[in-house]
Amino acid sequence: MAKVLMKGNEAVAEAAVRGGCRFFAGYPITPQSEIPEYLSGRLPEVGGVFVQGESEVASINMVYGAASSGVRAMTGSSGLGISLKAEGMSYLAGSHLPAVIVSVTRGGPGLGSIQPAQQDYLQVTKALGHGGFKYIVEAPHTVQEAVDLVYDAFELAERDRNPVFVVYDGCLGSVMEEVELPPMKELPERPDWAVGNFTDAPRARRMVSSIPGEVMLEKQNIASEKMYQRWAEEDARWEEFVVDDAEYVCFAYGMSARVCKYAINELRKEGIKLGLIRPITLYPFPKKALDNLDYNRVKAIIDVEMAIPCQMEDDIALQVMGRAPILKYAHSGGVTLKNEETTAAIRALIGGLNK
Amino acid sequence: MSREILRPTCLKPGNKYCPGCMHSMSAKLIGQCLDELGITDKTIAVVAVGCSTMNLRQLDLDMVSCAHGRAPAVATGLKRTQPDTFMFVYQGDGDLASIGLAEIMCAANRGEHFTVIFANNSTYGMTGGQMAPTTLIGQKSTTSPRGRNAAVDGYPTHMCEILNTLQAPSYIVRCALNNPANIRKAKECIKKAFEYQLDGKAFSFVELLTNCPTNWGMAPLDTLKFMEENTIPAFPLGVFRDVEEGV
Repeated sequence: MAKVLMKGNEAVAEAAVRGGCRFFAGYPITPQSEIPEYLSGRLPEVGGVFVQGESEVASINMVYGAASSGVRAMTGSSGLGISLKAEGMSYLAGSHLPAVIVSVTRGGPGLGSIQPAQQDYLQVTKALGHGGFKYIVEAPHTVQEAVDLVYDAFELAERDRNPVFVVYDGCLGSVMEEVELPPMKELPERPDWAVGNFTDAPRARRMVSSIPGEVMLEKQNIASEKMYQRWAEEDARWEEFVVDDAEYVCFAYGMSARVCKYAINELRKEGIKLGLIRPITLYPFPKKALDNLDYNRVKAIIDVEMAIPCQMEDDIALQVMGRAPILKYAHSGGVTLKNEETTAAIRALIGGLNK
Repeated sequence: MSREILRPTCLKPGNKYCPGCMHSMSAKLIGQCLDELGITDKTIAVVAVGCSTMNLRQLDLDMVSCAHGRAPAVATGLKRTQPDTFMFVYQGDGDLASIGLAEIMCAANRGEHFTVIFANNSTYGMTGGQMAPTTLIGQKSTTSPRGRNAAVDGYPTHMCEILNTLQAPSYIVRCALNNPANIRKAKECIKKAFEYQLDGKAFSFVELLTNCPTNWGMAPLDTLKFMEENTIPAFPLGVFRDVEEGV
């Protein structure tokens, strides 16, 4: 299929439509506004519905409503809008509704900056909202990967009746890259649990609710825990880039991983055996990728993020368990990682280790 | 008419509300209207947070329970994607006129095609009787122990009047559930609001003034007298908008 040149956010929006999205509600926020802009024109062309919500809170609740009837529904925002959506994200999990949520991240905390950053790792993996629930969180590093992940995200959400989160920084949202768009998916039949599926035949009523009574609620929480354990075993995904012989392993996701790849290619020319583990799922965390490393060979893990303080450090340390030092290189607040600067910084970190 | 005919098919056995509470009356009126219009089997009820949540146990309908104040947003997503269904939202006054003020105003302004039944009993019933946006001046609550003081608490919020500033709604009415005549009138208004939705008319809104014997600290009959003497004078009954009648 022919490749086209598309902006990250617009490609994600088109991939969502092709993946079956037929409802989007969102609120303008930089750097994700191209998603609602694109879908406001595109969704009506395929019989879908676009609503500009009056707020982030209303938008996530509109998604809750559409998802209640089994429609593939999506919303998008950036970290500060995701904070406002926390209530609705908890209700989606509590009511076992599938949906797809995109966060295009920028500098923080507070109003922060509108420039790219990765300061919402802890938000999306550990603090989506009240009640201790989890979403599968995917983190693409190219526009093509973003398209591929969003395209299949609805089925992943429907598999578990639990939302799927896709997170990438504002740089990937804004950059134009060539991309191959997948074909339109056929929409599935309406799931049996959905409300509003009225036929002439008598049927039991359907209820979408997150208040099942305390005994049932505990049973549901136990089932959720088992689901999260299954994700850890089966759904953790990552890319290994020249790790086999690596003495130093970068750990980075999204745009930071691309910068790391540049640094690796440069430093390998100098004989430094540097590799990369790139989480594709931030949750479940790719524990095995770190646990399986040969620490007789690996002399250090280098956590590279656009977040200060680094947010993945604790999760990395839990897997490395002291078998190698964890070095860090980061920018934040919208100050992005640069190829040459990062290469020099990693060279210096490794040099410092070998003094 | 026999009692069997009057009992709505969607009403589950037993009363889930406190003795003397008129929430159960509004559930019955809604159910009667659904039956009379023949739409019980194509109805989705969207229920809010508060005593309104008890409808999950009271009504046998397809139902969606949602976050506090967010029911009009949830119903927007649901009705827009399922335009052939019939949909009503049931909210109390704390839910609709305080935490959910943005959602009700914007859904009404968009002219969403569902009906909102707004039960206004001037208190947060489920949480134990705190001051609501609709609590009357001087009325005591657990968070206004000396009575609502306009100088610090502001005045009761009049939702029908506020919504009537918008262009899109087709029907806005305030009724009361304090005596048989007003109850009959309320049923007519609910039915009309439902019919407007079935006719494809935009947003319809029925405010039902009601009581809370438990949190008002009164015998049920005294609450009805209180409504007559205090609530209705503060919240005038009537039709604020009716596109068919040119109101």
